[in-house]
Amino acid sequence: MGIERYRTPRSLEEAAEILRAGNVTVLAGGTDLMPQTQSGKVRFQPVLMNVRRVPELQGIAEDGGVVRIGALATITELLESKLVRERLNLLWQACDHFASDQIRNAATIGGNVCNASPAGDTLVPLLALDARVVLAAKPNGALETRRVPLGEFIVGPGRTCRASGELLVAVEVPRPPAGFAGEFYKHGTRPGLDIAAISIAAGARRDGAVLRDVRVAFGAVAPTVIRAPRTEAVLEGRSPDAAALAAAARMALEEVQPISDVRATDWYRRELVHNMLKRVLTHVCQL
Amino acid sequence: MSANCDIAFTLNAVKRELTVPAGMSTLEMLRERLGLTGTKYGCGEGECGACTVIVDGATVNACLMFAADCDGRELMTIEGVAVSEAGERLRDAFVANGAVQCGFCTPGLVVQATHFIAQHPDADEAAIRRGIEGNLCRCTGYRKIIDAIAAAVHASSQGGEHGRG
Repeated sequence: MGIERYRTPRSLEEAAEILRAGNVTVLAGGTDLMPQTQSGKVRFQPVLMNVRRVPELQGIAEDGGVVRIGALATITELLESKLVRERLNLLWQACDHFASDQIRNAATIGGNVCNASPAGDTLVPLLALDARVVLAAKPNGALETRRVPLGEFIVGPGRTCRASGELLVAVEVPRPPAGFAGEFYKHGTRPGLDIAAISIAAGARRDGAVLRDVRVAFGAVAPTVIRAPRTEAVLEGRSPDAAALAAAARMALEEVQPISDVRATDWYRRELVHNMLKRVLTHVCQL
Repeated sequence: MSANCDIAFTLNAVKRELTVPAGMSTLEMLRERLGLTGTKYGCGEGECGACTVIVDGATVNACLMFAADCDGRELMTIEGVAVSEAGERLRDAFVANGAVQCGFCTPGLVVQATHFIAQHPDADEAAIRRGIEGNLCRCTGYRKIIDAIAAAVHASSQGGEHGRG
């Protein structure tokens, strides 16, 4: 079935109204939608809705200790944002490893989140930073929003709990605690453009000799991006000596379930998780 | 089969109005509808950069952009870049450095390099390598392309050596 109508709403109200009528494919940057529809992996709904001109989906701002990133913010806009670079450096690093200049200029954070790839570059730091998504809908004639933690929003490879009448409006990220430092690592044969064989976002803050607020997330080692709570627990409140880092790396192997595919075998992914987590954590402790 | 939409945009400084199918890519529109074949179809999925064009001052892969999304925007393709001062500098540098073999990646690289130099007028080699990471060349091994872009960076910082500045 082809596209029967092309819609370009100018407000969130209008976009939500179009979504309420149903059978809508949402278009933002198009960098995932185009290859997915051309290859037949995704079929167009009868209505194609381009949300580019919805002002409520734009902008990056901090309010009350939360950074709100509009769904339409491109990866280039995140890279150029002083707020993102200073407050959410882990996310900024992932944006710096994201695809190519041409794709960063078009791809949006809302698209990367809704695409819910197990290897999604921005998802790994967003998960580590306790991000949540803001969803808007107009079920009974009035605009309603709900907030869902990112880890609950993504329910499987390429699948989210976004209802068909809902639009992802923004991603909200609480400001990390003072002194928090993190590092993003992505393994691929091309620095950016490759889909990650594995990726790691890890961070913590130093409290005297010990680590606090430890966060560890992985990409491309499970059906979704994952947090590694037991790995975090191994390090929480502990001095980051060689024994602690080795114990964390061992625990991480129990938390990942990688598969073999064209990019890497499960064995190689486990080697990468074990060895690169230690390296990333070593760097974090030096930051 | 697919709904049509009327779009109006600026293409290489000329206003255009067009009716396109909603699912059509900007690349297909440029090549098949407008006859601008300088923008190349390489991979069709954003990996190779042969279809790089400038939209509202930033480069994108034309194969990943919906033609309908061109509405109200400013596009510049290699045909427009070729007659700009920056484009001429890059062309001269690509020729002087032997940066062209089969030539298929060249339009995309020249468009990307134009945008990159405008954003990074003092770029060093490492920055140039990062700047063209979205463009694949299967002939040259990149060395001569990087040399050519570095030469164009130098030429533009000298204010246009070939006398047209």
